[in-house]
Order: sequence, then structure tokens, then C-alpha cells
Amino acid sequence: MRKTTMAARKSLSLTLKIWRQKHAKARGRFETHRVKGISTASSFLEMLDVLNENLIEAGREPVAFDHDCREGICGICSLYINGRAHGPSRGITTCQLHMRSFRDGDTIYVEPWRSRAFPVIKDLIVDRSALDRVLQAGGFISVNTSGNTQDADSIPVNKQDADQAFDAASCIGCGACVATCKNSSAMLFTAAKVSHLAHLPQGQIERKRRVQHMVRQMDAEGFGNCSVTGACEVECPKGIALKHIARMNREYGHAVLTSREQT
Amino acid sequence: MPHFDPHLPEGALAEKWDRAKAGYRLVAPNNRDRIDIVVVGTGLAGASAAATLAELGYRVKSFCYQDSPRRAHSIAAQGGINAAKNYQGDNDSVYRLFYDTIKGGDYRSREANVYRLAQLSGQIIDQCVAQGVPFAREYGGLLDNRSFGGVQVKRTFYAKGQTGQQLLLGAYQALSRQIAKGRVSMYNRHEMLDLVLVGGKARGIVARNLVTGAIERHAAHAVVLASGGYGNVYFLSTYAMGSNCSAIWKVHKRGAYFANPGFVQIHPTCIPVHGPFQSKLTLMSESLRNSGRIWVPKKRSDAQATREGRCQPADIQEADRDYYLERRYPAFGNLAPRDVASRAAKERCDAGYGIEDNDAKEGVFLDFSTEIQRRGTERAYEAGMENPSAVQIRALGKKWIADKYGNLFDMYRQITGADPYETPMKIYPAVHYTMGGLWVDYDLMSSIPGCFVIGEANFSDHGANRLGASALMQGLADGYFILPYTLPNYLADDIRTGPIPTDTPEFDEASCGVRERIERWLSNKGAHTVDYFHKKLGEVMWNKVGMARSAAGLREAIAEIQQLRESFWKSVCVPGSADDLNPELEKAGRVADFLELGQLMAIDALDRDESCGGHFRVEHQTPGGEALRNDGDYAYVSAWAYQGADINREALHKEPLAFENVELKTRSYK
Repeated sequence: MRKTTMAARKSLSLTLKIWRQKHAKARGRFETHRVKGISTASSFLEMLDVLNENLIEAGREPVAFDHDCREGICGICSLYINGRAHGPSRGITTCQLHMRSFRDGDTIYVEPWRSRAFPVIKDLIVDRSALDRVLQAGGFISVNTSGNTQDADSIPVNKQDADQAFDAASCIGCGACVATCKNSSAMLFTAAKVSHLAHLPQGQIERKRRVQHMVRQMDAEGFGNCSVTGACEVECPKGIALKHIARMNREYGHAVLTSREQT
Repeated sequence: MPHFDPHLPEGALAEKWDRAKAGYRLVAPNNRDRIDIVVVGTGLAGASAAATLAELGYRVKSFCYQDSPRRAHSIAAQGGINAAKNYQGDNDSVYRLFYDTIKGGDYRSREANVYRLAQLSGQIIDQCVAQGVPFAREYGGLLDNRSFGGVQVKRTFYAKGQTGQQLLLGAYQALSRQIAKGRVSMYNRHEMLDLVLVGGKARGIVARNLVTGAIERHAAHAVVLASGGYGNVYFLSTYAMGSNCSAIWKVHKRGAYFANPGFVQIHPTCIPVHGPFQSKLTLMSESLRNSGRIWVPKKRSDAQATREGRCQPADIQEADRDYYLERRYPAFGNLAPRDVASRAAKERCDAGYGIEDNDAKEGVFLDFSTEIQRRGTERAYEAGMENPSAVQIRALGKKWIADKYGNLFDMYRQITGADPYETPMKIYPAVHYTMGGLWVDYDLMSSIPGCFVIGEANFSDHGANRLGASALMQGLADGYFILPYTLPNYLADDIRTGPIPTDTPEFDEASCGVRERIERWLSNKGAHTVDYFHKKLGEVMWNKVGMARSAAGLREAIAEIQQLRESFWKSVCVPGSADDLNPELEKAGRVADFLELGQLMAIDALDRDESCGGHFRVEHQTPGGEALRNDGDYAYVSAWAYQGADINREALHKEPLAFENVELKTRSYK
């Protein structure tokens, strides 16, 4: 007889090496903890919940980590697990990682995102507001709310362009691309928004200005440059493709060469 | 006496909003930058309101507890947003959207509010497309639509299973533009912990900087709450882990009425519970019911064999399957409204037909095999294939499914480890949305002058049950198109007020109260963690204030929650300190408020001695198990007034609901 996943559940004992750091200026270090009785049906973050409950009951301070929606869409979770952003599986966030990806007796290393542009706030939590500022530099279409814009269907969009715009727009702003890049580059993040809006007729008017402003802000935040290793694409939980970076480079070159605006 | 006049405009239903707007006072452009507005929350309602008010020229301070406004939980809404565009030519109209929403809410919402919502729905789509929201499109380049529960037209606009994400990013981008201009001051990782009243008016908030622990004072001429719903009172829900009731509960304690607290939406299609360490539940979008058929085995023995892993769904013959929604509600079938579909699943599982091997044996199948076959055949035909093989048809059908619902199927596979393209999904109802919230008048102002409430945080539009794809519509209607007209009408009195000082006794009192609570928890050193109490509360709420409620069960719940609250204050353990980032401290504050609100929810559910929408009192049902409403005694909005620490003493005020444009009928989806 075939067995269901439920029947195939097991319980794991694990050793965790977790990064602890009081605040941005403090020295961090790995701390070792053991957890037992973890169901393979649990998520990775539920495993950390168990650890934290144990720590509190033992009178110690729990491990601080960012998490919110726990369904892979808000983009706030951000762990480096065994040397990989969002852990060993592709195409998912940390909160979607389940313990069936691990074996009994495993040792798991858990670290924060590491990048000059993402200072550690506490333990596994980092400050990613640099990404917000890149968006604020131009990642929008300048329409005010009026209720009198033209009827939605008076702007037809080729389905292929709409689909490509959607693919780029599905970025969740988690910063895994930056964390995994050896240069700490935010090119994939920035390119996703540039490409999303450049694919749509509504995005044409501010096209040149947008890409120049966003790239300038990206550089100002201390993100590194892109050397096209493609690591970001591999670790992106939403599968944002490297081609969007190519698209941004083309947009940028075109804008710099033809723009009448001084940036 | 707090403000409790719904302020409904005169005139015919279709003219009310225009008449109201014509009567509203204005604030001239040169006066707007003398006025400060605090907006709490950056979901669809909060972000759209903050961006629009800033565009108009007001000085806006925006707050969110997350590290970025883009994380608000609107981001997780999957299926879509309704609008009465009639793009599909299937006889949709503003009236029909209004009617569906009133009926879907089981006649427990205000006609005027719902009609306005339907009127504004089309503008929302126009605005979002202008912002570059990448909605799904047909090959001709025009927008695509799909159908949702409780309706018989296709009026739902969508972006794969990530509609909330795309709409929120649209609003976030509009907000970002205003932040860059300096018109919005953004306070990330901040949590509102009290409302400050000066002379009876809302004049600011006290917030905690979650990174430094600093207790901050923020003054304003008006405060807008867009802090979302309170479904996390059940511990397990589809809400984000940080979603909480604290902002609205603090405002309630300052005098705002809480309306219909017991109206909760339990969504039929979520992934079932797996075990005791589960932290949250994941929704599988209602849009899947366009393509999936819901069933359980007809024989209890098959159900048992399935639970025990001795039998696979594919082994159960067509004749031995009970497609219970198609059987009970042939007119709407698998697209019956959420409350109805959830109850039907519970009925089957309680009767012993559940298929999931968890403690409660709760789960039903959501099966896509019929759709895969049908769409595959269609695609093969379109492609001009002659005699396509069964394998080819299946592959094409799966491709069609992946195009429509790819991210949802991936999400399911990640969580369960099972492949829904090959075997049916297992689903069960879970807490998803709260129709109740702070009472507001037609202008979205609470019973406290100057405190406005928008989005899920208010109670206004969904009655006793919300239809799918209507939450996004309401959040954006409130934020983009209603509040920016109603708020100036209030602010017109404030053009000469000048800046509100924060070094006043009112701000002192609120800040001290916040500090005292924090210090009390940290010095308590009790025996149990915050989650211990939250889980216990969730258990009581789910079992006794959940899908089936009885007078006896609700009375027990009220007593149990009260005891639990006492025990929480006596023996909770909160580690760490007040002056740095302390997630346990944040949770303690939220759970303390849930423990009070939970009790009020049970009290409200006990008061409403009828069944309506998601509120199902077992004493009131038809022989066929359908909800039995009592319009003579209960066609009102219950609005509760806080009377001090003993929640049992909350005073009930009733806002009668008048139905002048629809006939009150027994809601039937048969």
C-alpha cells in the first residue's frame, strides 16, 4: 500500500548553530542549541519557535528573527541557512522551508543576511530600509489618485508584455539577491522594478528618469556592482530572471545616452 | 455621549454619495500643509489613504510595525478584486454588485455604504491600471476576469494568485513617491500603543519604536486607523503573525464603539492543521473553486481508509464520491459563499467523512482532475492536434492550471510535500477575516471625533459574511476615494488650530500608561510564555466561538476567557528589556488585548440569538442545516461601549438597519 505524507511524518533531533548579536555595534558569535521532537511537517520557523519557547522557559533570551506572513509573500523573513539564502531549496522563502528537507541529527547553521547595506539590528534581524529608498527614488508611475483616469480597458497591453511585467513585479523585496551576491549587489531587486514598469505603456513617460534615479540611489546605498555570476537568480524565491538585469542595463544605457535631463 | 449617528445622506440610494460629497466642506490647498494626519497601518487602506492625503497636500505620518510598508498583510491576498465593470457582458452592474454584497452579508450591512462601495469599484481598477498594476490579460490585450463565490457573473480582476501583492505594491509605490517628496514621514517598526484625546477629539498617538524601545508621542489633527482585522485572536489563522487588534482595541477603550465583534469569516479552503507546533494556517485562494471540485467519500469506510493511508483519492470511484456542494447548492455549486461552504465542510467532517489524518480528522478534497481534462482537451483542439493522447491532454491541462494558479500550487506543494497536479488538495476551513471592527459612520469616522477607521479595521460593508474579492475593493475604496473626501469635511474646522503640542497632561497620561504595562510584564517573571496563553485562548475561541456556536458554549467561553486573562496577568513570563528590540514584549501586549476582545466577541455572539452569515447559532437552523435569520429582532448593528476592566459590563447600543432597496429574503444558493 502507498503511504500518505501524513503517515510518513517523523520526528527530528537537531543541533543549531545560531548567530547571536546584541545590536549593530556589538560583536556577534555563534551559539549552539539542541532541539528535539521536531515534526518533519513543521516549518523551519516553527522549529525556531520551539527553540525560543525552550529558551524562555530556561530563563534565557529568545533568538530574534524577522517573520510575518509565513506564507512566502511579505518578504520579511531573511535567514541564511547552511550558507544559503532562504535555505537549501530553490524558489522559496525561509518561512516556506519545511523540516522534511532535513535529516535527523543534522547540524544547521543560521545566520543573518550579510551586506554592508544591511546592518544587523539584533541576532538574525537586519535593516533593509536601503531597498525602500531605492524604490522611493523612482520605482513608481507618477499618477495622483483622482478617480478620473481613463477607463482601464482603454490601455490594452500585449499579453506577453503584461506577463513579463507581472513576472518582474512579483519581487517580494526580501534582499536574498543582495545577501547571496559576492558583491552585495542589488541589481536584481532594482532591475525587477525597472523592468516591470518599462514593459507597460503606462511606464513609458518616466522611463529614462526612473532608471537613472534608481541606479543612482542604489549606488549611494553602498550596494556593490553586478558581475553577472547569476547567484541572485538562483536564490531568488520568486524566480526573478537575470534577463531583467540585462533589460535594466539596456534601459540605463539608452537613458544616459539620450536623456535631456541632467541627473 | 459618544458620536453614534450613522449620518446617512438623504435621497435615493444611487444619489446618496453625490449628495454627501456636494455637502462636504473643503480645506483649501494653501491650508492643507498646516494640518497633520497620523495613519496607522500600511496595507491597502492605509497606504492608499496616506499616499492620497499627501498628494492633496496634508502632512502625513504613516506607521507600520513591519520593517517596510510593503510587508502589510494585504500582500497575501490571493484571488482578486471585484469591480462592476461588466467587461464580460454578463449583465453585471453597480446594482448587482451591491445586491450580491448585501445578500452575501446576510442582510446585516448598511445599504448606503455598500452601494457606494459598488459605485466606486470601477474607479479602483482604472486607478490601479494607471499605476502599472499588472493585472491578468487576454490575448487581445484587454483585462481578464474570473468568478468568485456567491455570485453568478465574472467581475473579479486578478494577477495570478498574487492580486493583493500587486495592488499593495501599487499603493506602496504611490506612498513611496510621497515619502521621497517629504510629504509622508514613514515610521517603520513602530507600533501604536494608545490614542490621545484632547477635549474629546483624537489628537495623536503614543507609539513604541520597536528597535530602540522609545515611547514616542505623535500629535495630529486627525488619526486614521488602518490596522487590519483581529482574526489572530484564534491563534491559528491565515493572518500574518504580527496582525493584531491593539490599535483598534486601545481606541475602543478610549470610547469608540466596537461593532459586530462576533462576525468572523472562516474561509473554506485552507491547508489543514498538521500538529501542535503549528504557528499559522495557509489559505488556498477561493479562485481555485473556479476549477476545483470539492468532495469527500460517500462511505465512512473509504474516509477512514483514506485517513489511515490505506486508500488514495484516485482509488475511490466516481460513484463513491460525494460532491456535497454541488449536491446541496446546485445553482452555485463549488462557488457557494464562504460561510456556507465552510459549514458544509464541517458538517461532513463531523459526520465522520473527513479525510485528513489529524487529531480532529478534519479535511476534504479539492480536486482539479476534471478541469485538467477539460482544459487540456480545449487546448489540444485550439492547437489543431488530431487525436491527442490522454498523456498529451493531461500535460496541456496541467499547463493551463499552472498559468492560472501556478504560485498557489507551488505553495501547496511546499507546505504539504504533496503534488496537487497529481492528487487532490486537502483543505479545511480556517479563520481568515473579521467583518466586525470599530463602528464608523458613513464618513468612516468612529464614535470619537477625529478618529477615522478604514479597511478591515472598521465594520462597515460586509455584514455577517464577506464575499470573496471584496476586501481589496473595500480597502482601496476607503483609502483612495472615500476618506480623502470625508476627512477634509472634518478638518475644515482645524485650519486655525495650529500644531498640536505633545507636552500636555493628555500625552503624559497615555505615555505613562503604556510604560506601566510594559514594566509590569517585564517584572512579572511568571511560569508561562506568551504563546502558552495565546494558544489556550485560540482553543476556546475556535471550539466555542467558531463555526458553530451555542448559548451554553458561549457562556462557558466568556467565563474561561476571563479566567485565562487573570492567569495571564499573574503568571506570564516576558524575557528581555524594554529598551531594545523585544519580540516577546510585543506579543505580550497584543495577547493582553486579544484576551479582552475575545471575551467581547463571545458576549456579542451570545447576544445575537439568531444565525446569520458566518455567525451560526446551532439553536437557529432549518431542518436542512441552513442559517435561520431573525430579522424582526436582530436587523441591527451591535455597537459595544467599553465600561472598564470588566468586559462583561460593556454596554450594547443598537444601530437599526433599514432596507429600502432590497427585500429581506432567506438567503438561498440552491
